[in-house]
Amino acid sequence: MSEPRLDVRKTYKLLINGAFPRSESGRSYEVHTAGGDFLANAAQGSRKDLRDAVSAARAAQAKWWGASAYNRGQVIYRLAEMAESRRDELAEHVSLCEGVSAKLAQASVSRAIDRMVWYAGWTDKIAQVFGGTNPVAGPYFNFSIPVPSGVVAVLADQDSSLEAFVDAVLAPICVGNTVVVVASERRPTPAVLLGEMTATSDFPAGVLNIVTGFTNELAGTLASHEDVDGIDLSGVAVESANELAASAAGSIKRVLRSSGSSPDPSLRRLRAFVETSTVWHTIGQ
Amino acid sequence: MTEHHLANSHLGFLEYDPAPESASVARLRPSYGLFIGGEFTDPAAHDQFATVNPATGSPLATVAQGSAGDVDRAVASARHAYDTVWSKTSGAERAKYLFRIARIIQERARELAVVETLDNGKPIRESRDIDIPLAAAYFFYYAGWADKLDHAGFGPDPQPIGVAGQIIPWNFPLLMAAWKLAPALAAGNTCVLKPAETTPLSALVLAEILQQAELPAGVVNIVTGDGATGAALVEHPGVDKIAFTGSTEVGRLIQQRVAASPKRLTLELGGKGANIVFEDAPIDEMIEGIIDGIFFNQGHVCCAGSRLLVQESVADEVLRRLVRRVEQLRVGDPLDKNTDVGAINSAAQLAKIEELSAFGEREGATRYSSSCVLPTEGYWFAPTVFANVAQSHRIAREEIFGPVLSMLTFRTPDEAVAKANNTKYGLACGVWSEKGSRTLWVAQRLRAGVIWANTYNRFDPTSPFGGMRESGFGREGGRHGLEAYLNV
Repeated sequence: MSEPRLDVRKTYKLLINGAFPRSESGRSYEVHTAGGDFLANAAQGSRKDLRDAVSAARAAQAKWWGASAYNRGQVIYRLAEMAESRRDELAEHVSLCEGVSAKLAQASVSRAIDRMVWYAGWTDKIAQVFGGTNPVAGPYFNFSIPVPSGVVAVLADQDSSLEAFVDAVLAPICVGNTVVVVASERRPTPAVLLGEMTATSDFPAGVLNIVTGFTNELAGTLASHEDVDGIDLSGVAVESANELAASAAGSIKRVLRSSGSSPDPSLRRLRAFVETSTVWHTIGQ
Repeated sequence: MTEHHLANSHLGFLEYDPAPESASVARLRPSYGLFIGGEFTDPAAHDQFATVNPATGSPLATVAQGSAGDVDRAVASARHAYDTVWSKTSGAERAKYLFRIARIIQERARELAVVETLDNGKPIRESRDIDIPLAAAYFFYYAGWADKLDHAGFGPDPQPIGVAGQIIPWNFPLLMAAWKLAPALAAGNTCVLKPAETTPLSALVLAEILQQAELPAGVVNIVTGDGATGAALVEHPGVDKIAFTGSTEVGRLIQQRVAASPKRLTLELGGKGANIVFEDAPIDEMIEGIIDGIFFNQGHVCCAGSRLLVQESVADEVLRRLVRRVEQLRVGDPLDKNTDVGAINSAAQLAKIEELSAFGEREGATRYSSSCVLPTEGYWFAPTVFANVAQSHRIAREEIFGPVLSMLTFRTPDEAVAKANNTKYGLACGVWSEKGSRTLWVAQRLRAGVIWANTYNRFDPTSPFGGMRESGFGREGGRHGLEAYLNV
């Protein structure tokens, strides 16, 4: 008789600049299932981790935006492929974290993957839908194109561990931003799994950086960070969001206040962190 | 104050005779009330202040200092008009009101141009040829959108936001009022407009125009006053949207103030625009473009090309020609049709320009100021170019908002882009080159909302305008400008 095999557990780590470090602080915190059982020791990201993540996002941004829209679409589609192939694992964690049945969790994963595909298809259409030529009264060729705000911080929704997370990070990434996201505090493991999938999806290092930890402890650093161009406050309560929004005004950040994932795909998130750049060029012989 | 006096102009034989426009065309009244509910009304506290002609220092008229109570009345009037009239007026009918307003601005263009020049100090050539015609054009453009919002790309049946509080600056008083009011009204909102403290008059003439157009009472309310009046508007709980054009400093305060409210916000703030000149640029057009980029409207332009980045190989020639051209600028009576550079808008602004320019010399930049004779009354500053400016200098980093150009140099396109983007602002940039591929390469990398290639300071109602980073967010102009006033 062979002895029962002990399974190999996983350490849930951060994703910063394409690497999977534990928090530089060495801290971790216990994550429990919706039913209250021990699930994992997640890395408790520090303010220093966030600053490193912002640096990585800034460094990666020009290249990500500089890649062709076609290429960005393929990278996001590749993430959908990876998610599909590991969907059972995602669904298991959605079920554990959110306390929903396996069937509902599978449906949620399906919607999340379909949303990834939706975003993958947007990368090379944004410019045509949001931009255009402007018939100015003069001898100029004038056109407007949507360009990314730059580095976007996301405080991810606390309840919807995968669907809202996908919406919140892929919308800004899709239009050429790079992202630093603080995952749901109590339900971080689906986000961590998705981060692992980006490693096999040709995501350039630094495009998506995921920090787990205590949202309220970390949010202020992102809201006041001078090198963050926009912030999505979906994952914090109203009162706290008000304070963070005031702090974000220090460097005139773009602030998105809606919470949760929209049931239908919407252009609102895509518009939230794009800027319109308008070029005038003389016409002459 | 001028260290580098320049050789006097050799064009003495080409001097112009004075050709002043008549100030009486303005038909100014001695005093103006607040425009609330379709009527000019007295402010509750009966506070008045004089608005001054910056070219002479003499008062033009007295206007009302709107109090918090007056703002409250104006917001109530706007809310009432929204609920009872404007939200029930079809897009096609709204459009016709806006077309009417555009037409009356055209009809009263000469009067408006003189009012604008008297109150602001800008040359009559600019108010006549740019400010007023463009103001009419913005109303004309947005008029056409009012019944076509379903096709604007924001989904079917986009709704207005409600009551918009709009705070505008003193550099293009009527034009900024048009940028704010036209899209707001087209989208179906009602408005409370707060003109700048030092330039309220053209907005008050616009109020008369709104009466002539028979715009329903309360759809637009105009409350004059100072910063306290603006703050009362920002804080008013009955306002659904704030649109502000002005300094980054004040914009930051406004963003903080509305952070905890459901108010929507758009900000058009300061800039430190880089005007990038490559060695192959067509030199005559480029020199004129640089001059226009910084001395247009006395440099009181948020998108002014105030940082000149010149490729090293042509830097000496560009500087030589710029200095010569600066010397030829005609500085003086704004009402004179030959004037190129008018008066600085206020004593406070003049003090700021003088302080920063003095700092430029102290930090080691080389100053070239026009030797023009400045009038003894009013607020004046000689057009100035600083050479040998380093990126760390205050005159390369801070918005001077005056006729002061800072010249820096670069060697490679990469360096030009890096220097252009080395600012917290992101409003406008210029690129001068005959090589289209390089121009587009640079344009792609500039973090700016507007990029002018082989031109500068061009504006059009179809063309979105607005900033990135600390130059603000939201766009004015074009289809994009509707988003600021729709609940989408």
